[in-house]
Amino acid sequence: MSITTILQHSLTGISLGGAYGLIAIGYTLVYGILRLINFAHGDIFMMAGYFMIFSLASFPWPIAIGITLLITVLMGIAIERVAYKPLRSSPRMSIMISAIGVSYLLQNLATYLFTAIPRGYPEIPLLKRIFRVGELSASLVTLLTPVLTIVLVALLMILVNKTKTGMAMRAASKDFETAKLMGININRVITVTFAIGSLLAGIGSILYFTDRMSVTPFSGTLPGLKCFVAAVFGGIGNIPGAVIGGFFIGIVETLLVALGYSTFSDAFTFVLLIVMLLVKPTGLFGEKTMEKV
Amino acid sequence: MSLLEIRDLKVCYGGIVALNGISFDVEEHEIVTLIGANGAGKSTTLRAIMGLIPIAGGTIMYRGEKLNGLDTQKIVGKGVVLVPEGRRVFPNLTTLENLRLGAYLQKDKAVIEANLERVYGLFPRLKERHWQHAGTLSGGEQQMLAVGRALMADPKLIMMDEPSLGLAPLVVKEIFSIIRKVNEAGVTVLLIEQNANVALKTANRGYVLETGTVSMTGPGRALLEDEQIRVAYLGKTR
Repeated sequence: MSITTILQHSLTGISLGGAYGLIAIGYTLVYGILRLINFAHGDIFMMAGYFMIFSLASFPWPIAIGITLLITVLMGIAIERVAYKPLRSSPRMSIMISAIGVSYLLQNLATYLFTAIPRGYPEIPLLKRIFRVGELSASLVTLLTPVLTIVLVALLMILVNKTKTGMAMRAASKDFETAKLMGININRVITVTFAIGSLLAGIGSILYFTDRMSVTPFSGTLPGLKCFVAAVFGGIGNIPGAVIGGFFIGIVETLLVALGYSTFSDAFTFVLLIVMLLVKPTGLFGEKTMEKV
Repeated sequence: MSLLEIRDLKVCYGGIVALNGISFDVEEHEIVTLIGANGAGKSTTLRAIMGLIPIAGGTIMYRGEKLNGLDTQKIVGKGVVLVPEGRRVFPNLTTLENLRLGAYLQKDKAVIEANLERVYGLFPRLKERHWQHAGTLSGGEQQMLAVGRALMADPKLIMMDEPSLGLAPLVVKEIFSIIRKVNEAGVTVLLIEQNANVALKTANRGYVLETGTVSMTGPGRALLEDEQIRVAYLGKTR
């Protein structure tokens, strides 16, 4: 394999990894605050794909992107209100089962509304423009994805570490009750968390599907699980960790395909999960514990 | 009108009665203490006042307004704060961030800075350690932070749940001298303690709680002299 081919595949891998990273943040944020693995997150990503198909059919692309992201965010918030909030004081297992239920509900709702036949993902000509550097060629979306991912993560880190809302989120992630005693509105913090997670899943969805041409009601399942693994790999609850996990899985997966082991590219992700859970269950950058009792 | 009037307050935990209709008053500028053994319902009382747990009956009146049924953040907004049992500082946040969270509902930056200076004046140690993660502070420092954080809200009524828990006697003394200072500055204090001795010495008045009811009440010094209390809570043998 020539160096050009390797570079070409790496580029694809980095791009895929960026989209994974954006979705993985949604898992890690929600886990950080609620200690919940939001199994419906991959399906929110899938629904965002359909929202884009339909909104782009009637609006120019900048407006369609805005509409898609808005509906995705509202859906994420609504899911939390309806399916998770009533269970907040129940055992953690109940809310997790509810999340799995929402996941199946969304898949079946999509099958019912849009049929299981793959729908072509519309092309945004600007994103598909091809750039060439020497022998390498890439569409704008391939180049844009990792850059956008890093910019969004940087913004998110500033939000979490430097703003009052971020401080409230960090406080709530440790201790709901004491956060309430500070006057923090916990419901608002959780809504903001789901809104950010869904927004990033929506952006990830546009970047991911633009490169993949079609959406089915089950398009969210495998990417969702992979991004969950990415979040665990990076240390669930840790935002940069989730992104690094996303990039790692995206790159290795693409390289495995390039080397002719495409059969194993999905298996790799789950082997990674098992190995990680056995060797370092807290992930690469797992939460530090340093409380004094 | 008292600052805080509790009438016939009842709380149940899944069928088990934790508070069986207690009544007490806290007057403005007072230090009032609730003492009692483990499980008497002291913490439950404070948590019910803050709206952290649902109440089964009775009323909680604060400056003539009903507090029951309000969200915790609304109650905090009215100037009632709780220093929770076991300090509960946010270990992943710095000392300064913990203090700023205490003023979460305060919008005016100048007021926040003034409160911060006031708290640093009471606890110079917190200023020295403002950059440190609260999880790395010593137990005494964490208690100071918990009190300082509550004061950042500019409260009218500060409630404290076992501020002496797990602290060295010298630190306990320091904390209680600060409680008196805070009170002299015009903040009303409702204190619950297992360390009845120091609590009754500090308080103007005390209430004795026994398995969900008030069994005795009086000025702090008088309760301290009471034979029954000396036997039950102060470790005096008959």
